[in-house]
Amino acid sequence: MTQPQFEFLTRLGDNTLVLGHRVSEWCGHAPVLEEDIALANTALDLIGQTQLWLGLAGEVEGKGRDADTLAFHRDVWDFRSLLLVEQPNGDFGQTMMRQFLFDAWHSNYLAQLMDSSDSRIAAIAEKSTKEVTYHLERSSDTVIGLGDGTEESHVRMQKALDRLWPFVGEMFVSDEVDAAMVAEGIAPDPASLRGEFDTLVNNVLTAATLTRPQDDFAHKGGKTGGRHTEHLGHMLTQMQWLQRAYPDASW
Amino acid sequence: MSSPESSSYDGTENVEHGKARPTEWPLWEIFIRGQHGLSHRHVGSLHAPDAEMAIKNARDVYTRRNEGVSIWAVEACKIAASSPEEKGPLYEPANAKVYRHPTFFDIPDDVGAM
Repeated sequence: MTQPQFEFLTRLGDNTLVLGHRVSEWCGHAPVLEEDIALANTALDLIGQTQLWLGLAGEVEGKGRDADTLAFHRDVWDFRSLLLVEQPNGDFGQTMMRQFLFDAWHSNYLAQLMDSSDSRIAAIAEKSTKEVTYHLERSSDTVIGLGDGTEESHVRMQKALDRLWPFVGEMFVSDEVDAAMVAEGIAPDPASLRGEFDTLVNNVLTAATLTRPQDDFAHKGGKTGGRHTEHLGHMLTQMQWLQRAYPDASW
Repeated sequence: MSSPESSSYDGTENVEHGKARPTEWPLWEIFIRGQHGLSHRHVGSLHAPDAEMAIKNARDVYTRRNEGVSIWAVEACKIAASSPEEKGPLYEPANAKVYRHPTFFDIPDDVGAM
């Protein structure tokens, strides 16, 4: 295993990087102008957090790689992001459902990270948590509004939930990297956060008149880098296009 | 400012272009207070399905560069406005009445700017 702390930090940074890029794909395409701007704001928040996490990851690694190098010069198998965040945008409902499921996990995880024994990690978590609290507020309101909306929006939201639910479980799988972080008091055990997540998600889904899938089967392989879904590679060809065509190009 | 017209986004089914849908969100006028002590000022308008979303949209559209400490959203149809045609009777009578401006008093220097 490579340095556990580097692994851990790339997980955080890759989550926000991949989701931030996904959300940015809506820029200029959202159903209404107000949502377009709100989505762009969310994407920018996530990319900002990526700079901090991957910046720190590069520092911890000590091989001279900075946030840009990590973001643009690694291929699929080096990414440590959750399978959930690389899922395609689908329709607006699927994008907001993905956002809500991630926000519900992310906000709680960051809240725990604010007590990290590593003051640099605690500081990034504290800065991010304000942004993510708002993301969660917005995405849960939208999930409720569309789930409990028209017949069509309800059907689309239920479809989105059913499509994305198999990717929820991975957020709560603990492995040896997590164990190493728990041992040093750096980060919480993901498995311990499931209860709060379930309460929050159940409340929102009930208000949204949506039915939580019975089957908790979970796809795995994103946070370990073992097996990403096919979608991440396609996304990276877009996101990394410039650096692949013109290595080390800069402004 | 915006209309839920069909989107060109691939994952979203297109609907026929035409008249704005009857379900179009209401228009909200947005007022922002820039800093404590100042009054709220009108900054623009946006569409939103309800008051809560109007505040959220205003936060995203109008305060992303740290412009404000407080947001008011008022549904545009709830605002009573004067009519431009009544401009004559409403405002012109005040035109020739300079004595209504308090400019005929000497203000002592130590009062400062007023």
